[in-house]
Amino acid sequence: MSALNVNGRDHTVDADPGTPILWALRDTLGMTGTKFGCGAALCGACTVHLDGQAIRSCITPISAAEGKKIVTIEAATDGSDRVGAAVHAAWVKHDVAQCGYCQSGQIMSATAFLKSQPKGKQPTAAEIDAAMAGNICRCGTYARIRAAVADAAKTLA
Amino acid sequence: MLPDLDYGEMPRALQQILERERPEPIATLPRRSFLKLAGAGGLALGAFPHLAMAQDTGADPATSALKPTEQPSAFVQIASSGEVTVTINRLEFGQGVQTALPMILAEELDADWTLVRSRNGSSNAAYLDPRFNMHITGGSNSVKNSFTQYRELGARARAMLLSAAAQRWNVDVATLRTQAGTVLGSGGRKLGYGELADAAMALPVPEKVTLKDPKDFRIIGRPTTRLDARAKSSGRQDFGIDIRLPGQLTAVVARPPVFGARLKSVDDSAARAIKGVKAVLRVPLDRGAEGVAVVADGYWPAKLGRDALKLQWDTAAVEKVDSEKQLVQYRELAAKPGPRHFEADMTPLATAPKQLEAEFVFPYLAHAPMEPLNCTVKLTGDRAELWVGTQFPGADNAAAARVLGLKPEQVQVNVQTAGGGFGRRGVGSSDFVVLGCEVAKAARTAGLNAPVRTLWSREDDIKGGYYRPMHLHRARIGFDERGQVLAWDHVIVGQSIVTGTMFGGRVKNGIDPTASEGMRNPYPLPMRLTMHHPALNVPVLWWRSVGSTHTAFVMETLIDDIARSTKQDPVTYRMQLFGDKNPRHRAALQLAVDKSGYGKTPLPTGRAWGVAVHECFSSVVAYVVEASVQDGKPVLHRATAGVHCNLAVNPRSIEAQVQGAALMGLSMCLPGAAITLKDGEVQQSNFGDFAVPRITDMPEIAVHIVPSAEPPTGMGEPGLPPLAPAFANAIARLTGKPLRQLPFNLA
Repeated sequence: MSALNVNGRDHTVDADPGTPILWALRDTLGMTGTKFGCGAALCGACTVHLDGQAIRSCITPISAAEGKKIVTIEAATDGSDRVGAAVHAAWVKHDVAQCGYCQSGQIMSATAFLKSQPKGKQPTAAEIDAAMAGNICRCGTYARIRAAVADAAKTLA
Repeated sequence: MLPDLDYGEMPRALQQILERERPEPIATLPRRSFLKLAGAGGLALGAFPHLAMAQDTGADPATSALKPTEQPSAFVQIASSGEVTVTINRLEFGQGVQTALPMILAEELDADWTLVRSRNGSSNAAYLDPRFNMHITGGSNSVKNSFTQYRELGARARAMLLSAAAQRWNVDVATLRTQAGTVLGSGGRKLGYGELADAAMALPVPEKVTLKDPKDFRIIGRPTTRLDARAKSSGRQDFGIDIRLPGQLTAVVARPPVFGARLKSVDDSAARAIKGVKAVLRVPLDRGAEGVAVVADGYWPAKLGRDALKLQWDTAAVEKVDSEKQLVQYRELAAKPGPRHFEADMTPLATAPKQLEAEFVFPYLAHAPMEPLNCTVKLTGDRAELWVGTQFPGADNAAAARVLGLKPEQVQVNVQTAGGGFGRRGVGSSDFVVLGCEVAKAARTAGLNAPVRTLWSREDDIKGGYYRPMHLHRARIGFDERGQVLAWDHVIVGQSIVTGTMFGGRVKNGIDPTASEGMRNPYPLPMRLTMHHPALNVPVLWWRSVGSTHTAFVMETLIDDIARSTKQDPVTYRMQLFGDKNPRHRAALQLAVDKSGYGKTPLPTGRAWGVAVHECFSSVVAYVVEASVQDGKPVLHRATAGVHCNLAVNPRSIEAQVQGAALMGLSMCLPGAAITLKDGEVQQSNFGDFAVPRITDMPEIAVHIVPSAEPPTGMGEPGLPPLAPAFANAIARLTGKPLRQLPFNLA
């Protein structure tokens, strides 16, 4: 039994402590917004926040989340988080998604990045690329991802 | 793609469907109504759940001459709130049909676009492609083949709403008009579609309808945000992998290291001991192979169980392909006589003032869609229900029935929104659907009474075959100082994609046209084209834009070579060759030239222009690119696309498709874009060694569309083929050496 705090709620998960957070979320808690892409921290589709840090949930065991707070795409974009709401709105405005499968991870990376920015600082194009370089989009939506992150940064300034 | 089907190799059920002039729907559709949905939203999965909500009109179905594909009832639902739900007859996997098809229908329905929603179809006969008469998403055909169909569906529904309003007000229908989801009458009277839906669905469906003049379009042609943009920007879009049925189990399958190999021994004691593992099952696999499925209450225990299996394989009986040896064999084959796709007189070759010899090598490529392949199967009594993101739900339905010993009508395939595909979800052998059914069948035999989701890991996907085939091209070209080609002798060596599949009928005279498409045309060249299709133990498949993934590269770099060696401008040279007969090629190239500043804007030092144009699946795309070599590596900075797809239904989506296709075209050029085999084993396994582009690889891509009112052609694929040759042409201008191998190698 492991205790997980997900999106502000405590859950008890009956799974091996080595189980990746991804599968506890998806298969045990039924929260399917976080996606499985590679299982090896290579594509970023599974990105969630662990105490505010963007992590790859496909290789991070639930034992590493004991006493910490997990935030997933479901809570980041439900309007309760100012940065997440701005990123969500920019993603819709720029019509970023094609197949959409990687976008949960993209949005979680973008949100963590913008939260890490000093107040009032606009990220450069190179900084946006560096922050998003761990997330693969096979559809190739990168041009719109760049525009959406820059736009979200502007609305948050 | 794909109109010629080989009836001899088709699954029998599919044959029956195709042989019928007017296929009968699997579920009975009310022929004379369109449907009112009892409440907004709340659509359940399954076969026409809304039928239960439809009123029985008592009409005789036989009186309608309309096919199921022409019946609004299967495509339009109008809720009392006025919300319009349009069912799509295709797989949505990123290409945007989920929005484009509702736009087309809503245009003629005269709907309020803000109230339009979209939902997925199934393997029901209503969702056959109206031209090919099969369930298919492929060949960039969705909008092209369903444009008139969806317009007529919308027009029929609108006519019924108008008739209902005329009856309600007791006036002549000719006095009424519609505007954005409302019927308007004289004296300011109006009724929303939602208020009329009940009455309208009791009326006969008109067979003949008048369609709008394209100049009156107000939805078609407007840059429109995708209907699924919000769901896909909040984790709320469900994909096939997200299906969660009560009691559902997950299976992961151990596969042989070499395609087609069988098991020698299985020690599953450690696997069975893992908590959550319910069963370990031997299952038949594709190509006569065997595998071991570990069924558990989630992916993780199933994966741990698979890792704990001790398996010995018998690979003695199967061919072990080795990419290096394969290239040697392909070179030998290229020198041999073979079937001819084009014939021409080759005698001028020997005496031509200028000669060019070239060899091109293209590796196997994996599709690697972001959503790993999966298929969920629920067996109950004598029925099976499947949830799967597939391009061929009808063929998959027939394949599932065959595996499960059921009749096709006992199987229901629910098409799920898919996380990419690029061709991998349209498989003649239905490999991942058959696997899901084999696992579900074995699980039931083992006493597990639960739906089973068979889920592939990324390693299963990268190592799992069905690649874009490896190809070798050889060309000998004789031309004069003006660039006039006197003779072009060309050979292509590569496995056939369609041989042995239900599309095998397309192979004529030993030539698979999916390997030669994109050669020669539209250039008026005296070309002799010889084709060789060796059979090898590597499953192959179409990969976004199919044959054009290699033929466009070969054609467009060789044309550029000829222009360069005769000191001609590559745009002027191409325009000359296009002549008067290729106005769409000319217009697309001219637009890209004009918008890019080609020939006018000076480039920064170290950069060069590159140009390429290609038509595939009836659309033409031209690129003008800027590239440089940095630290010995080719870098693409900027691409300007000129697109000719006739009428642009959703320009915003076309821009996205071209940008995405361009990046996939670029992916072929970058290091790590190759699947190779050694002693029969695939050497790559995940995104670490099969590299795909990241945001840092993305050039600036501007997309411009040639205005046109002609019926639309597709845009899912045509943006891909000309990108790599345009890039290569720019690099060749910098280095003086043509690039003839993908991925690029400057060494």
